[in-house]
Amino acid sequence: MVTAAESPPLSAAPVRRRKLGAPSRGKRAGLGTSLIFILPYLVLFCAFVLYPIAYGLWISLHEWDFLLPGKPFVGLKNYTDLFTSDSVTSGPFWASMRATGIFVALSVPLMIVFPLALAIALNKKFRGRNALRALFFAPYVLGVAVIGLLWRYLLDPNVGVINYYLDQLGLDRIPFTTATPYVWIALVVPTIWWTAGYNMVIFLAGLQDIPKELYEAAALDRATAWQQFRHVTLPGLKPVMVFVLTITILASANVFGQPYLITQGQPGRETRTAIMQIGEEGLRSFRMGSASAMSTVLTIALLVVSLLLLTFMRERKERKKS
Amino acid sequence: MSTATPTAPTVDQAPAPQRKGLSQRTIWRILLIGLVALFFLAPLLWMLSTSFKSSAEVVDPNLGFLPHDPSTGSFSTILGAPQTPVVQWFFNSLMAAAAQTLLVLVVASMAAYALARLDFPGKKILTGLVLATLFVPPISLLIPNYVLVSQLGWLDSLTAVIVPGAAGAFGVFFLRQFFLSLPVELEEAAMLDGAGRLRTFWTVIIPLSKPALATLALLTFLGNWNDFLWPLYVLFSPEKLTIQPGLSTLQSAYATDYSIIMAGGVIASLPVLILFVISQRFVIEGVSRSGLK
Repeated sequence: MVTAAESPPLSAAPVRRRKLGAPSRGKRAGLGTSLIFILPYLVLFCAFVLYPIAYGLWISLHEWDFLLPGKPFVGLKNYTDLFTSDSVTSGPFWASMRATGIFVALSVPLMIVFPLALAIALNKKFRGRNALRALFFAPYVLGVAVIGLLWRYLLDPNVGVINYYLDQLGLDRIPFTTATPYVWIALVVPTIWWTAGYNMVIFLAGLQDIPKELYEAAALDRATAWQQFRHVTLPGLKPVMVFVLTITILASANVFGQPYLITQGQPGRETRTAIMQIGEEGLRSFRMGSASAMSTVLTIALLVVSLLLLTFMRERKERKKS
Repeated sequence: MSTATPTAPTVDQAPAPQRKGLSQRTIWRILLIGLVALFFLAPLLWMLSTSFKSSAEVVDPNLGFLPHDPSTGSFSTILGAPQTPVVQWFFNSLMAAAAQTLLVLVVASMAAYALARLDFPGKKILTGLVLATLFVPPISLLIPNYVLVSQLGWLDSLTAVIVPGAAGAFGVFFLRQFFLSLPVELEEAAMLDGAGRLRTFWTVIIPLSKPALATLALLTFLGNWNDFLWPLYVLFSPEKLTIQPGLSTLQSAYATDYSIIMAGGVIASLPVLILFVISQRFVIEGVSRSGLK
């Protein structure tokens, strides 16, 4: 589904006479040639994607302490523990799933609406447009560690810049990094600052694909700005919207750096997200069996969400066709 | 910020009739965009100004944006501390990101070509498998890949942050889509002239695919540069860290001595920001392309 703009000018050349990918005139590539092309990736793919998927499931069936020689098989115990309310692992795990859910629910709507508004504002030629676009995108290239340290400072309850300004305005200081509900602001705002530009850039590309004629027709029909947005912009953006929504939900569900650096999971375990919990359990306490079981549950949850989004998109498409 | 939505769509309207001076609407719009720009710019400027303050000034209740007495003390402190070798981290990241990018370009382009053009047994199954793993969340690979990497003896080495990440399916998928859009005739012409598959690939396909390869290179580089979770756990010696996990150790090393921490942030981000400013058109175009799959 590569767009026309992407293909080199040559793609406009002679009409294809043959099915793409069909072997060429008497010069069928031998198995050896195919192997040369595919083998390097195949080795990586099997070693670091396929095998680990199976290996992870295998680990989750054991009491797998990385540092101990014995790793006894325990069947589904790691899973049943997660679903037993008084086990050691279920409490922290579901608390972390809850934290992840809260973060997704708070961040995703903002990560759609705000970047979309930015994209619409920049989807017009004016002086400084490219500079603004670059400015809004710039935080994304810094990486989560810089973002974490920087916002940890800005939001610091005692010496932070934002509390300094609150003081100046005669307002109460806010313990952003240590108390609910403020900790959620301390996670969501930096996330927006960091990645809004990314979503904006993708929205901008989507906006530019909407035919200008549609807006002209709408203007002739005296559609208001809101009506144009509702009936031209939004429908035209649908495929891009589903894409952005999916990657944003998945990215938010995988949030790690921000709570690790800014709130450190505080207060208590309030902002300790699922990924943080899995990392702690598996790679700090080295209880890899239970950590793998947690990964599996989280993975299934994420897969269900992606599939729901995909089917939702398909249904909408088909209903439109009929 | 969500208040921007109702007003913003107006920019899509046909040009308004010319008026003398600025309409009230335009003034509001400029004001709003200015505020948003401030939201994005101010944190960066604070990081920069704080890095030139002294440790005492940061906790001074008479804060203020500009340093009272600008000094480079924080920079010399952090650059002289063996426990926090920021420059080393920076070059480690550069090495790892460049190496992984190169690996992905070579390996993914060859595999993508095979999947797009060549015929071999099991091709359909392999294509399906590769596409299916696009939906597998990376978290499910974290624990098993850690065990694997430790068995390979790669823990605490850059190899661990270069190789496993290069196995992702995105590059293959992305390039396969691109190769499928190229006309077969060009390859046929080259092969009629006696070129083999490898030479055709190298002399016809690769030059035609420069934009797609550049986009993939960029996304791979950025992804590796920004990766935090994996390097945080597989690297541990101070001199082996990459920039993201490295910076995160500043918090425990300097607690709330924010002038030093911000100096570390500036050292880590300035080169990237400069590079971004130079190549921003290309970077932004590359990212916007990634969304159109």
